Amino acid sequence: MLTIADTPFSSRLFVGTGKFASAPLMQDAIEASGSQMVTVALRRVDLENPADDIMSRLDMDRIHFLPNTSGARNAEEAIRLAHLARAASGTPWLKLEVTPDPRTLLPDPVDTLKATEQLVKNGFIVLPYMNADPILALRLQEAGAAAVMPLGAPIGTNQGIQTAMQVAIIIEQARVPVVVDAGIGAPSHAALAMEMGADAVLVNTAIAVAGDPVRMAGAFKMAVKAGREAFESGLGTSSTSALASSPEHGLIGEDLDFIQG
Amino acid sequence: MYINCNGRQQPISDTTTLQDLLRELDLAPDNVVAEINTKIIDRDQYETLRLSDGDQVELIRFVGGG
Repeated sequence: MLTIADTPFSSRLFVGTGKFASAPLMQDAIEASGSQMVTVALRRVDLENPADDIMSRLDMDRIHFLPNTSGARNAEEAIRLAHLARAASGTPWLKLEVTPDPRTLLPDPVDTLKATEQLVKNGFIVLPYMNADPILALRLQEAGAAAVMPLGAPIGTNQGIQTAMQVAIIIEQARVPVVVDAGIGAPSHAALAMEMGADAVLVNTAIAVAGDPVRMAGAFKMAVKAGREAFESGLGTSSTSALASSPEHGLIGEDLDFIQG
Repeated sequence: MYINCNGRQQPISDTTTLQDLLRELDLAPDNVVAEINTKIIDRDQYETLRLSDGDQVELIRFVGGG
């Protein structure tokens, strides 16, 4: 079973709550995903529409809450958002995101490390969103990150695991759980990450903007489970030359010994 | 007197507490975190904390995100 910071999770699919067409649809998709960990963002209350409240839609007894620091452009802003998130949620769990460039939304490695060091000291359980850099993963782990969250591709791009080679090294080296985050656009991408040995995946856009988000959530649930089963079963090694699956003796050939015998 | 609440000027009376402001805005205190002049305010202070002229109030809560 997946354990992060001594907390067990029976599902290895984490789900984001952004971009859903409606709150009830989000609620049903989370239910269908079987996820026990959902991410949320912090924003100013829209004073024109104060009734819109996501918290009333989430069953806090069954679902673990992972506030993110999306929108933070540097360590200082991320730390400020982290403290607000803790005050709002009552939990020290945090998905740390530091994205200075709105065009790529790629994470700033230097400020992500800086903020991780500070927030761990402040008692947060930090899961940093990071580029798929194996050395950075080790540095974040040393700094006390509870898990690392390397990206497959930039946020919302649905491009899959473009960083497979680096993610494989991160998985091989990590002592903390590896959650592949961002870019996962199809259940097959999620299955691939899990087959590679990722401990979990985080999916938002691919579910939220699907034609039928509830069925897509179910599809991801199955893919994550299949990928994990395959990893635990032990995948065969790949080869460049053919290796016959059927027996190579007793063939019907020039001699028909096997028939005569 | 005026405060700045989520970027907008808001007239308030002299005795307005944070709790009064939330009530006026129709917000449930349990779902909102308040920051006044960049300092996070504990929920148990909402009822007693009086707002002052020029306060920068940020009312923040969770929304969908990834």
